[in-house]
Amino acid sequence: MLSRVAERLYWTARYLERAENTARLVRVFSSMMLDLPNGVGLNWRQLVDVSGAHEYYDSNYRSCGERNVIKFMLSDMDTHGSVISSLAMARENMRTTRDLVPSEGWEHVNELYLFARKKLTGKTLLKDRHEFLSEIVMRCQQITGLLAGTMSHGAAYQFVRVGRNLERADMTTRMIDVGSATLIAPGMELERLENRLWTYVLRSLSAHQMYRQYVRRRIQPDQVLAFLLQDMIFPRAVAHTLGEIASCLQDHLPHSEEPLRAVLRLQRLVAEANAEKLRAGGLHDFIDLLQLEFGNLHQLISGTWFSLELDEAV
Amino acid sequence: MEIEWSTYDPGEFYDEMISSPGNPRRAARAIASYLQKLSARQLGRRQNAADLAIAEMGVTFTVYSEGTNIDRTWPFDIIPRIIPLKEWSRIEEGLEQRMTALNMFIHDLYHEQKIITDGIVPKKLISGSKSFLPQCIGASPRFNVWAHICGSDLVRDRDGTLYVLEDNLRVPSGVSYMIENRSITKRVFPELFRKHRILPVDDYPAHLFDMLASLSPRPLDYPEIVVMTPGIYNSAYFEHAYLAQQMGAELVEGGDLMVSADDCVYMKTIDGLQRVDVIYRRVNDEFLDPDVFLEDSALGVRGLMRAWRAGNVALANAPGAGVADDKVIYTYVPAIIKYYLDQDPIIPNVPSWRCEDKVQREYVLANLDKLVVKPANESGGYGMLVGPHASAVERSKFVNLIKHNPRNYIAQPTLGLSTAPTICGQHVEPRHLDLRPFILQSDRTYVTAGGLTRVALRKGSLVVNSSQGGGSKDTWIVDTGGN
Repeated sequence: MLSRVAERLYWTARYLERAENTARLVRVFSSMMLDLPNGVGLNWRQLVDVSGAHEYYDSNYRSCGERNVIKFMLSDMDTHGSVISSLAMARENMRTTRDLVPSEGWEHVNELYLFARKKLTGKTLLKDRHEFLSEIVMRCQQITGLLAGTMSHGAAYQFVRVGRNLERADMTTRMIDVGSATLIAPGMELERLENRLWTYVLRSLSAHQMYRQYVRRRIQPDQVLAFLLQDMIFPRAVAHTLGEIASCLQDHLPHSEEPLRAVLRLQRLVAEANAEKLRAGGLHDFIDLLQLEFGNLHQLISGTWFSLELDEAV
Repeated sequence: MEIEWSTYDPGEFYDEMISSPGNPRRAARAIASYLQKLSARQLGRRQNAADLAIAEMGVTFTVYSEGTNIDRTWPFDIIPRIIPLKEWSRIEEGLEQRMTALNMFIHDLYHEQKIITDGIVPKKLISGSKSFLPQCIGASPRFNVWAHICGSDLVRDRDGTLYVLEDNLRVPSGVSYMIENRSITKRVFPELFRKHRILPVDDYPAHLFDMLASLSPRPLDYPEIVVMTPGIYNSAYFEHAYLAQQMGAELVEGGDLMVSADDCVYMKTIDGLQRVDVIYRRVNDEFLDPDVFLEDSALGVRGLMRAWRAGNVALANAPGAGVADDKVIYTYVPAIIKYYLDQDPIIPNVPSWRCEDKVQREYVLANLDKLVVKPANESGGYGMLVGPHASAVERSKFVNLIKHNPRNYIAQPTLGLSTAPTICGQHVEPRHLDLRPFILQSDRTYVTAGGLTRVALRKGSLVVNSSQGGGSKDTWIVDTGGN
C-alpha cells in the first residue's frame, strides 16, 4: 500500500483517539473541580499543562479561567489537540482514504465532526458540557468498534491500530499526569483526598470497574498507578497498548525492525517502573520521559513507512 | 406526470425519442410505450429510487466556483436516451477515423511538421499555441500514439445532423458517470433490459486497463499501472478513485511518486519503492513536472518528463497531446483527416469562423448576437459567449477580447441542440442534450457503446456541463435487428 495512504490512516486513528481522550480528560477535570474542596491545589492551569500545548496557550490566551481553558481544550480550531481540531483532522485524513475504509466509517466521522461543530457553542461549553463530552466519547468508541469489526485486518487496518494505540498510550500518561500534578498539593486529609483523586483518574479511563475486578482492592494510589502503567490486559493501560503496537509491527508490517526495537525498549521501561517509588517522587518526570519516547517511536514509524526518500530504498 | 406522447412536443428541435408528437422513433418504440403505461406514481417512485441509489453510491462531483469542497450529487434523469445500433456503428467508425488522424497530426507536429510544410496548417498557429509543448519535440511514445483517451462531444442540430463539437484530448472526464448511470437504470427498469438488446458499457475499465497495459515499457502481464490525481479537491476526484478501484490500480498523488537517477519512476509504498510502468494521469500538462513546467506545482513529480522522454514510463495521455484540442485547430480537423488518411470525415465539424482571419472576424463581430464564441484553450464551458442569450455588456466585453487576441477565438452558429424527454417536476418535457463517447487508442481502438449523455436541466438552456447546472442520462445503443 502507498505510504501516504498508510500515513493518513494512522493519523485518522490518532486524531480520533485524541478527540476521545481529550473529552475524557476535560470531563474528569470538570468533575474534580466541582467535587473537590477549594484549596487542594487544583486549578484550570493544570489542564493546560497536561495537554502539552501550554506554549500555544500562553501566547494566545491571557488568563487561566475556566472559560478560556475549556475553549482551548474543546472548541479552539487552532489548538493542536482540541476536540474540534482533532475531529477535523480525523475527518480530513479519512476523507482522502475513503476507499480503504468501510463507507459507514467515513459517514460516522463526518457526522461526528458536524455534530461537534454545531454543539460547541457557549451554552454547551458551560452548561451541557458533561452530556456533550460523554457523547463524543461514545461516538468515538463507536467508530473505533466499527473499524475493528468491519475492516479487513490487513496492512491498512494495522496502521489504524498502531495509531490508535500509540495515541492511547500517550493520553493515558496524560491522565496519570493529572493525578501527579495534584500530588504536590499541601493540605490536610491528604490521603483521603488522594484516594479520591485517583478514583477520578480511573473513572476518566473507564478503568474503575476493571481495576476493582482484577486488582481486587480498595482504591490504593500505588496500585492504581501500577494498573494504569503496567496491566497487560486492560486496553487503556500503557503496557497493553505497547503490546498491541508490538504485535502490529512484529506480525503484520514489513521492515519493522527499527520501530519494533523502540517499542520493546519502551515495554522494558514501563515493566521495570516501580509505582511506589515513582509516586513518592519523580512521577511527572517519568511521564515526561515516556511521552518523549512515544514521540521518538512516532518518528521511527514515520521514517520507516511514511516518508521514503530515494537513498533509502533503491 | 403520466407520459402522453401526443402532447409531448419538442417544437422546432430534433427529438431523440419521437419523430413527431405521438410518434416514437423505431428504436424507441418499445420503451416509449412502456413508459406510457407507468402511472405518475410509479414513475415518481422510480426516479426516487434512482436518486437514492446515487446518494448511496456517493456519486458526487465538486464545483470549482464554490471554493471549498462541497460534494454535490450529480442530477440524473431516469428516461434513457436511445440511439439505434445502425446509426451508432457509423459514428463509431467516424470517431476512430478522427482519433487516428489526430494522433498522426500530433506526432507529426512534434517531428517533421510535414503538414505545415505542405501548407495545410499555418505555422504560426502552432507556434502561437499554448498547448504546443517544445519539451515534447522529438519524443516517441509507443505506437506513435499521444492521445490515448479521448472524449469527443457530439451534438445533433435541428435537421438531425450529428456534429463533433469538440475533442477533449487532455484529461476528459465523465466516463464513470456513464457506467454508474447504466447500473442505476438496470436497478430502476430491469424489465426493459430483458426486452431490449442494449449494448453493455460496463466493460470500459477492462478496456482501459488493456490499453494502458499495452503502453508499458516493460513487457509484463500485469505492469504497475497507477491513476494520478491532483487530489480530493479536484472536481473529478470521484472518477479518479472509481477508475483506480475498477482497474485494481493504485490511486496516487504527485507526492507518492519520485524519479530516481536511473530515470525510472517509483512509488512510495510501505514495502519500499516500487517501479511504475504506466501513469494514467488526470493532472494537466503544466502541473506534471516542476522541473520543466510550472516550478511551484505541488501536484506533479520532479523529473517525470525526463523519465517519460527516456521511455521508462508511459504517460496517458502523453504531454503535449492537448495541442490538437485547441478550438482553432479544431477548425482544421476535416483537412487533417483528408491530409493523413486521404478520407472525407465521416462525422462533420460544426461550421466555424476563425477570428484570426480578417474577413471571418468581421463577420463574427457583426453577428455576435447569433453566434457562440469559444476561447481556444478552455474546457468545461468556461469563458465562452452564447450570443443569443448574452447581454449587451457581455457581448461588448467579447468584442474587446476578440479584437485584443483574435487567435484565441472561434465562433460557431448557435445550434438547435436535439432534445429528449426528461422528468421535470410533475411533467415530462423536452430538454437539450449532447453526447460524450470515450475513445481509447493504442495499437487498437475502442469506442464506448454510446457514452455520457449530458442534459441541460433548465428549460431552454443549451449548456450541459456538470459545472453549469447540467445533469445526465443513460445512453442506450439499441440493436433492433437487421441492418
